Amino acid sequence: MNITIYLLLASTACMTLSGLPGLLLSRRRMAGQWIALALNLLASAAGMAALLTFAGNGCQSDLMTWGWALPWGRFAVGVDVITGMFLLPILVVSALGAVYGLGYWKQAQHPGNGRKLRFFWGLMSAGMMLTTMARNGVLFLMAWEIMATAAFFLITTEDQREDVRAAGWIYLIVAHLGMICLIAMFVLLRWIDGTFNLWFTAKMPAASGVATAIFLLGLVGFGLKAGIMPLHVWLPGAHANAPSHVSALFSGVMLNIGIYGLVRIGGIFPAPPIWWGATLFIMGVGSAVVGMIFAFCQNDYKRLLAYSSIENMGIVIIGLALALIGKSIHRPDLILLGLGGALFHMLNHSLFKPLLFMGAGSILHAIHTRRIDQLGGLARKMPVTLLLFLIGAMAICGLPGLNGFVGEWLLYLAMLHTVSMGHMDAVVWLSFGVPALAVTGALAVASFVKVVGTVFLGNQRSSDLDQAHDPGFSSLVPMAILALGCMVAALVPTTITGMLVRAVQSWNQAMLSVRGSAKMPAPMHDMAILDAALLVAGILMVIAFWLIRRRKTVAPRPTWSCGYAKPTSKMQYSGASFSRMLAQLFNWMMPGRPFVLPQRGLFLQPTTLTHDASDTLLDKGLIPGFALLRRLFLWFRPLQNKPVNIYVAYMLAILLLLLLALRFQV
Amino acid sequence: MTGLFRCSLGSIPAGIHAAPGAMHGLVNSPLGLVLLLNLFMLGVSRMRSLIFAAAAQGIILSGLLMVIEPQCDGLVICIALLTVLIKGVVIPRMLLKALRDAKIKREVEPLIGFLPSMLLGATGTAAAIVFATNLPMTVSPPSTLIIPASFSTILTGFLLLTTRYKAITQVIGYLILENGIYIFGLLLVAAVPFLVELGILLDLFVGIFVVSIIIHHINETFSSLDTRRLTALKE
Repeated sequence: MNITIYLLLASTACMTLSGLPGLLLSRRRMAGQWIALALNLLASAAGMAALLTFAGNGCQSDLMTWGWALPWGRFAVGVDVITGMFLLPILVVSALGAVYGLGYWKQAQHPGNGRKLRFFWGLMSAGMMLTTMARNGVLFLMAWEIMATAAFFLITTEDQREDVRAAGWIYLIVAHLGMICLIAMFVLLRWIDGTFNLWFTAKMPAASGVATAIFLLGLVGFGLKAGIMPLHVWLPGAHANAPSHVSALFSGVMLNIGIYGLVRIGGIFPAPPIWWGATLFIMGVGSAVVGMIFAFCQNDYKRLLAYSSIENMGIVIIGLALALIGKSIHRPDLILLGLGGALFHMLNHSLFKPLLFMGAGSILHAIHTRRIDQLGGLARKMPVTLLLFLIGAMAICGLPGLNGFVGEWLLYLAMLHTVSMGHMDAVVWLSFGVPALAVTGALAVASFVKVVGTVFLGNQRSSDLDQAHDPGFSSLVPMAILALGCMVAALVPTTITGMLVRAVQSWNQAMLSVRGSAKMPAPMHDMAILDAALLVAGILMVIAFWLIRRRKTVAPRPTWSCGYAKPTSKMQYSGASFSRMLAQLFNWMMPGRPFVLPQRGLFLQPTTLTHDASDTLLDKGLIPGFALLRRLFLWFRPLQNKPVNIYVAYMLAILLLLLLALRFQV
Repeated sequence: MTGLFRCSLGSIPAGIHAAPGAMHGLVNSPLGLVLLLNLFMLGVSRMRSLIFAAAAQGIILSGLLMVIEPQCDGLVICIALLTVLIKGVVIPRMLLKALRDAKIKREVEPLIGFLPSMLLGATGTAAAIVFATNLPMTVSPPSTLIIPASFSTILTGFLLLTTRYKAITQVIGYLILENGIYIFGLLLVAAVPFLVELGILLDLFVGIFVVSIIIHHINETFSSLDTRRLTALKE
């Protein structure tokens, strides 16, 4: 009966060990990589089998505990619907990423760091799996730390590069800050419950100070991992500088783990005060809108994707916020639509974002530059990559017919529904959510038009692009599977919503008894039909276009350039000129200033337009802030720089102080 | 000093006096000896005496283990003998050898003089006894002196560590600190597995082994064992 948990534990163990044999094998041969891949696939298959048995059992929650030598509780792992929902992307993306790595990060081509990468790849996947399964606070923190530390080593795969190291350090500092918050949070949770058992329903009212502290600590600790603004500072650098399949794992899965924590914290208290949901809502809307503005203005396509991840996490947070508000004002339909939409959008994001990062990786592998302004006209060289990337881009923009639309649609429904219910407390918050989400969607379309338009379409801007070509099968197959997933997920929303409803019910125990709460209050069936129709129409249009194109012969020419006699490849939209208007509009937010030399005289002078939007919060806020802190802490240097005797004296002093404190407490 | 102990003992509330009387005397007199050795070590400047005192303290404590442990089986005797061997023979021999190599005999000019540190130790012991009476205990200890002795010994170790500059004295400070922790551990013989005790013992042994090698090298390099000179290595 506990076969699910045994299988999952076996899968986790197999995942942990996947990179280990490779460490002992040759640096230049591929044997280690094949072994790692085989073990990773085996682990994922075992995990999938576990999830299937779990679903076959009717999604019965399960819990197993073993004693262990550590104090504080027992080794407790469990599985329920929410855990399953987060496990699924881990298994899929980890396995597909390992396959992708076969061509993208060949051991033979990366003798120095390939083995390290695969070892930490397995460790991080296992850490994430254990995080979602842990039912003991100490185990959770240990798994969390394994995940966070392995992620650091994955970011710094190419640690010979300066920018990679910088991104790694920023990540590490942020991860530690998050960990501190989480430790404090779990201590408080234990204080409420008396044990380290996890994900109980608290008896205490959520308005108390302890509950507030738990929420805020969890918000910071988990929010830092999920990368919601303003806690996102580590995210763009880490995603841009890691190898692309690692970025796929980060963006598609690791951010989810942060969401996982927030979902669980939201589930602890039966009736949270409305400001919890409102806070989350503001952060979510901020992440979505601001994240997408930053994404639009990037010149580095991996950074663009990273900011787009911030945006998507923002959308997920909006959904979670709606669910929390629904809990506060006792509206089960809002909870269902909100949390259901959030979880669905998160799953979708785990499909299309890895797809996009793998597409970006294929470009990077072929061209070796991340700058959009140096690319162009890749459609002829990399047609399959273009097709797959386009599917991912359309899905992430939330265009109907693909999965991205369905998740966001649930959130729109939730907000419109609540506004029409006329609950004043909630309406104030939600009335600006709908336009914000719409703006985000529009900006997403603009951003991906920018990427596809300047990278794939137009004329190539440098001769370096001549040798560019589609990657091999090992890279295309994982992308194709993900693209297929994007289409299928749009066609079976009724199946998925069944799962979503169960997840929401297990999140909000009170809803199990409410009548009519077992159905998503949305016409999912009609949506599936609409999606299928749109998808078929789209495919038909592509085929028709292809047939028409086949009959005509079209000579490749530069884009029409205002009647100039000798058009060059420079006479086309660049990424910076495409996003210039918005970049100027939000100049106050981004320090990188779009720059054009004014033209004088009759003949055009050479001019440049570049725009490297850096992260304002990091560059203008945190780095100077930390420099200030450093100067403040210099005051403590005389205390620190001492012979051993003095350190021992410090210890003695602390010991005596503690004893005195104990004395007076007693 | 013993007068001080008696009058403090008189003020201990009756609740702690749960141990059987015969056991009481058997445990208390060695512990009293340990306390006296503490004061002696704080007041002595000759290093040989310091090493011998530390060795004696270690031997007394290992004997104490056999008295306190309710069922004195082979394992307990084994551990006690091992403790005697390491704390009473091996470590003192290593330290004496280091002393001979380094050609030093006395601790000169400590941070706090010998008499003041002795007085400080005595005050600390008195405070420890007063403090121990107020500790909430879940089980009554076999002897009322155990906790004060433990605190006082730990304090002595700390004082040696902080106020003496010669590397060997600092090593002895660590040794005595560990003795203090060991006394506290006597309270927990039932709870702490012997493996842990053995591990601590091994740690101590290896630590002192390494330090005696370091002492040798420090002495060769700096021709002094003054740890203040070590700051020259900084950055």
